Amino acid sequence: MSGARNFFRSDRTSELDAWAEVCNTEAGDGRRRLVPEKEDGRMGEAAGTRLLELASRATAMMRSGVLVAGVGAALLFGAGRLNAQADCLACHGDATMQDGNGHSIAVDGKTFGDSIHGSLQCTDCHTNIKEYPHPEQVTKVECKTCHADEAQGLSGSVHADSKEHPCTSCHGNAHTIFPKADSRSAVYPLNVPKTCGNCHGTEGMAKKHGLASVYPLYVDSIHGFALSKEGLLVAANCQSCHGSHHILSHTNPESPTYKANIPKTCGSCHAKINDDYSHGAHGKAVAAGNMKAPVCTDCHTAHAILQPTESAFRMQSTPICGSCHTDKLSTYRDTFHSQLGSLGGYVETARCWDCHGAHEILPASDPRSPINKANLVATCGKCHAGANLSFVQYQPHANAHDRKLNPALYFVRLFMNILLAGTLTFFVIHTLLWLIRARYNQIKKKSTDGGKDA
Amino acid sequence: MPDLEQEAAESRQHGGPVRFFMRFTREQRYMHAVLFTTFLGLAATGLPIRFSESIWARGLAKGVGGFGAILFFHKFFALVLTVAFLIHVKEVFTRGVVNREKGVFWGPNSMVANWKDAKDLFGHLRWFVGLGPKPKFDRYAYWEKFDYWAVFWGMIVIGFSGYAMWFAPFFAHFLPGWALNAVLVIHSEEGLLAILFIFSIHFVNTHLRPDSFPMDMVVFTGVESEEEFAHKRPLEYERLKREGRLDARLGEAPQTWLVNFSRVVGTVAIVIGLTLLVLTLTAYFS
Repeated sequence: MSGARNFFRSDRTSELDAWAEVCNTEAGDGRRRLVPEKEDGRMGEAAGTRLLELASRATAMMRSGVLVAGVGAALLFGAGRLNAQADCLACHGDATMQDGNGHSIAVDGKTFGDSIHGSLQCTDCHTNIKEYPHPEQVTKVECKTCHADEAQGLSGSVHADSKEHPCTSCHGNAHTIFPKADSRSAVYPLNVPKTCGNCHGTEGMAKKHGLASVYPLYVDSIHGFALSKEGLLVAANCQSCHGSHHILSHTNPESPTYKANIPKTCGSCHAKINDDYSHGAHGKAVAAGNMKAPVCTDCHTAHAILQPTESAFRMQSTPICGSCHTDKLSTYRDTFHSQLGSLGGYVETARCWDCHGAHEILPASDPRSPINKANLVATCGKCHAGANLSFVQYQPHANAHDRKLNPALYFVRLFMNILLAGTLTFFVIHTLLWLIRARYNQIKKKSTDGGKDA
Repeated sequence: MPDLEQEAAESRQHGGPVRFFMRFTREQRYMHAVLFTTFLGLAATGLPIRFSESIWARGLAKGVGGFGAILFFHKFFALVLTVAFLIHVKEVFTRGVVNREKGVFWGPNSMVANWKDAKDLFGHLRWFVGLGPKPKFDRYAYWEKFDYWAVFWGMIVIGFSGYAMWFAPFFAHFLPGWALNAVLVIHSEEGLLAILFIFSIHFVNTHLRPDSFPMDMVVFTGVESEEEFAHKRPLEYERLKREGRLDARLGEAPQTWLVNFSRVVGTVAIVIGLTLLVLTLTAYFS
C-alpha cells in the first residue's frame, strides 16, 4: 500500500480513542480489535476500512436497542455529536476516503471553505447525519431546501427528469460550488459551454437522448470564438439564449428559443439588428404570425453562427434564402454573380443580402429599399465602380425562359440555342457519315493492297 | 497524317525520295499555336464558371489556381487571343486592301466561301452515302473554311460579349439594359458551341479521321508529303503542276525533333480538349 497516512489529527486522537473504546466494548465478542494499537498515530488502510465496516454494525446494534452503558457515557461526553466542519473533515478530509461501494466521500476542506457554501455546516445539507456513526440510510441532499426558486424552475424544464443529479451536473461537485462570477465556477460565463458540452457535445449522449451535438458547432461559431479566444464575458453562451434552470424545448411557446421568441432573445444583445429586422419584411411577417418567415436562426443557424463576412457564411447564405425564394434562386443561378460565386473562394460576387439588405429587407417599392430604383446606382455601385443609370437596367433575376417578362433575352437565348443545336447536329451527322465512309474506303484500299491493317 | 516514317519507307519502295510541300507559313503555324493554347486556357477557365454547380467545377477552379485566379486567367487568355486576332485582321487587311494582293478575298487560295464550296458540301454528303464520286478539293475545303469563319465569328461574338461583361458600366453607355443580361447568355452559349465544335467536330474532321489519324501534322510542321498533298487537295496539286509552280512550293522534310515535339503538343491538346468535352457533356446532361 502506498503507505500509511495521517488518519488522525493529533488533537482528535483522544476523542477517537474514546470511540474505539466504545466500539471495542460493543464488539467484545472475541473479534479483533477495531482499532489497532496506535503506532505513532498512524493506522493502516485495511484497518481504516474495517473501522467503517464495524462502525456501521455498531450503529445497527445501537438502533436495535442494545445500548451498553459505555455508549451512554460516551454520548454524555458529547463525543458522537457532529457539529463543526472540522468534525467531519477529520475523516472526510482524507482525499482517498471511499464508501463501501468505492465512491469517494472525500471533501477538500480548503476548497470547500472557499466555496459559496463554505460558511455552512456539513449537517445543514446532510441533514440526517447528526452523529457518528452515521445512519445506514443517508438522505439525499436537497438543494431546493434553500434554492426553492431554482428548483421550481428546474422542475418544469427539459432537465426535470434527468437521472443525473440535476444541480451538480451543471454546478459541479457539491463541495466546490462557486458564485457564477468566480472563474472557478462551472457556470462562470466562460465555462458554461464546456459544462453544457459535457452532455451536449458528445456523440454518445447525443445519440442516447436524440440531442444534437451542438457544442462542437458552438465552439467554432462567432459566439464561441468570442468567448473562448477573446474571453468576452458578454459573448452569448448557452444560457444566454436557453436560460439556466427553466430551460424549455424550442417547441414550447414559452421558450426563449421558440421560433416566435427568437428575435427577442437575440435582440437582448443585438438590439439594433432586432430593430431593423422588426421593420423588415421578415420581421413584420413573423410578428403577424407567419411562421414560415425566417427569424435570426433560420439564416444564421442556431449554434454554428458565422461571421457574415466570412466566406463560409457567404457560401451558405444564398441557398438558405433560396430555400423559400426558389424562383429567385433559380434566376440568380443563371447570372454571373452566382456562377463565379458558387465556385467558392471568390466570394465577392453579390449574394442576396448584398443587394436586398440583411435585416431590414424592404420591398423594391419602398423608397428606403436598396433595390428601389432611386437607390440602384448606389447599391450596384458598391461593387461596380462607375455604375450608372443605364448599367442598373441590368436585371439580376432575369428569366431567359420567360417570353413575357424578358422578351429580348428570351429570343437571344432561343437564337443561341438553335444556333448551337443546329450547328452541332448538322456537323455531328456530317462527320459521323464521313468517318464511316472514310474508314470503309481505307479498309477496301488496304485489302486490295494485300489486306495489311485491314 | 499517317506515320511519316512508314510513309517514307513506302515511298522508297516505290522509288524516289519523298517530296514535301509547304502548306502553312511559320506565322500561320504560330498563329494556330497561340489560338489553340489560349482556346484551351479559355475553355478550362470558362467551363467551371459556366457549369459552376457541377462537382468538377470547384476542383477544376482550384486546379487553375484558386477561385480568384480563374477569372484572372480567363481574362489573360482573352487578351492574348484578342491581340492575335487583331494581328491577323491587320495582316489580312494589309495584304488584301493595302497591298491589293490578288486572291485574298476570292479564288482558290481565299478563305471566302464560294459556289464550289456549296457544291463540294453536297457532293461530299452524296459521297458519304455512296451516291456519287468524292469531290476534288482545292487548297481550302468547305469544312476548313467553316472552321475558319466559325472561329472568326466566334471571336467577335464571344470577345464582344466578354468585354461587355468585363467593362459593363462602360458598355452600358451605348447598350440597352437587356443587352447586359443578354451578353452572358451569348457569351456562354457561343463559348459552349465553340468548345463542343472544336473538341468534337474539328478534332475529328481535321485530326482524327482515318486520312489524318491520329493527327494532321501539317499545322505543326507546315509541310506535307506529295502523296498526302495530291490525295487531300488534288485540285490545288494538279493546278500547281499544270502551271509549273509546284517546285516553288517545295519544302524540306520536317526534322524529327519537330515531328516528335508536335506529336506531344498535339496529343496533349487533344487529350485536354477531349477531357473538357466529356466534362461539358456530363454537366450538360446531368
